[in-house]
Amino acid sequence: MITFDNVNKRYASGQDALVRVSLEIGRGELVFLTGHSGAGKSTLLKLLTAIERPTRGSILVAGQNIGRLRNGQIPYYRRNLGIVFQNHQLLFDRSVFENVALPLAVAGCSRREVGRRVRAALDKVGLLHKERHNPIVLSGGEQQRIGIARAVVNKPAVLVADEPTGNLDPQLSSEIMQLFADFNAVGVTVLVASHDLELIARMRERVLTLQAGQLIYDGIPAREAAYP
Amino acid sequence: MTEYRPVKQPTRNPPRGAARTSAARAPAADARAQRAAGAVTARTRVSDRWHSWLGHHREMAAEALRRFFATPMASAMTALVIAIALALPASLQLGMGNFQRAVAGWDGQPQLSVFLRREARATAVERFTESLRGNAAVAEVTYISPEEALAEFQQTSGLGDAIVDLGANPLPGVLLVRPANVAETELEQLAAQLRESALTDSVVLDMAWVQRLARLTELGQRLSLGFGLLLALGVILVVVNTIRLHIENRRDEILVVKLVGGTDAFVRRPFLYSGLWYGLFGGLLAWLLVAVGVGLLAGPVAGLAASYGSGYALQGPGPAYLLGLGGGAALLGLCGAWVAVARHLRAIEPR
Repeated sequence: MITFDNVNKRYASGQDALVRVSLEIGRGELVFLTGHSGAGKSTLLKLLTAIERPTRGSILVAGQNIGRLRNGQIPYYRRNLGIVFQNHQLLFDRSVFENVALPLAVAGCSRREVGRRVRAALDKVGLLHKERHNPIVLSGGEQQRIGIARAVVNKPAVLVADEPTGNLDPQLSSEIMQLFADFNAVGVTVLVASHDLELIARMRERVLTLQAGQLIYDGIPAREAAYP
Repeated sequence: MTEYRPVKQPTRNPPRGAARTSAARAPAADARAQRAAGAVTARTRVSDRWHSWLGHHREMAAEALRRFFATPMASAMTALVIAIALALPASLQLGMGNFQRAVAGWDGQPQLSVFLRREARATAVERFTESLRGNAAVAEVTYISPEEALAEFQQTSGLGDAIVDLGANPLPGVLLVRPANVAETELEQLAAQLRESALTDSVVLDMAWVQRLARLTELGQRLSLGFGLLLALGVILVVVNTIRLHIENRRDEILVVKLVGGTDAFVRRPFLYSGLWYGLFGGLLAWLLVAVGVGLLAGPVAGLAASYGSGYALQGPGPAYLLGLGGGAALLGLCGAWVAVARHLRAIEPR
């Protein structure tokens, strides 16, 4: 589903964020991406979501070279992608419902379809009763779940999350992770960047570890974490 | 419906972009994918997209209008700046039109003065006058005999006594010829024709003031065009700056919309409508300013005209001006908004 082939990313400042990264994520896999801050996690996700272009190498998603997408094609590519942000990026000038409906409005869904799908997505994250609230009145965990509902409302084939549990306590974090596991269970390819090693170890899923822009670990860790 | 549909060549408008095929199907990677049921790409019907597209236009137009009135003071000031910038060239243009109308009301026709030889006999002059009246190029001929000319001269010049002292009348007879056609070449032709007559001493084609008037009118028109272009550019810059502030305030929203797959057109739409409203209200205000200005000047102008015995009245900016100013300004607003959003969108494109 996702293939990185010798991907390099050098920023205009001359900093090498990714160095010859090659990896392959199959359809329907749940993969965690770890590493210290500055190791290149965010860069990898930015390349995957076409926010940045690779300096060298190719990124294939469902057979499509993401680095070669023309600017006009990028929106259509992103519609098949669910993106969850660390700071959830909710818009506080509109209700929870409207926040979650945004990807559907962008794709041009009918009003009835929008209502149905938004409620389904909110139901999945357990916040159907908050649809009329402004997201600003919700707790951090709830806001993150709204962010996830927005990411999955379009039924994307790939779900990408950048530090989704960044500011949450362990209890909420594991709830959020469970949500990702649930979506994965219905066939969504999920890639979660996180530095919460303890939580990741408990999930017993495949882990990719980046260090100084290089992929240094790829596998399912044993009980004792075999990676830094 | 369970396969991932890759992005095909997108068309610019979302409603037409629906015609995407599910060509390349990636092979199922592992067992979990086999029972994949949820990973369905959002699919929207063409009719849905069309309705949604229209709906989005309506929504954005309404929302931009709401935003315009949400900050009434700031919006009014922007609209007023646009109005003042547009009222200047518009009133100049209107003034030119009125000036031309006023000038046309005068005896604006050029006139040829044919000075006859002093020895010309009265009967010959009579025949010449008659033949000219039959000429298609001549609209009117007036004969002023030397005696009439002398009388008029004595009256108007105040040199009457000096002339009487001369003994003989030094003034020749004059034919005032008003041409049917005022085009410059035709006038020259007629003048040449008149010169050929044996009775003619000289022909004075009194063109200078007509030409001056034409040049003056042209100068005015060029000035108003120049002002118009310059101030139109000013209007665009005002809108660019205003929309830039809107964009600053909605930076996060633009980012999120882009990340959930919003096209540039989708991002642009609300701002284009904002620009359109600024322009439209500015244009309508400009019309109002010009109309009020004309209203204030109408009284004195009518009084002035009456003192010359003329029924001339100022013409206000009519519906054509309303349409032109409103439509033109809306278009300028749209351009400004487009420029502002394009700059911002370029800045957040992937590198």
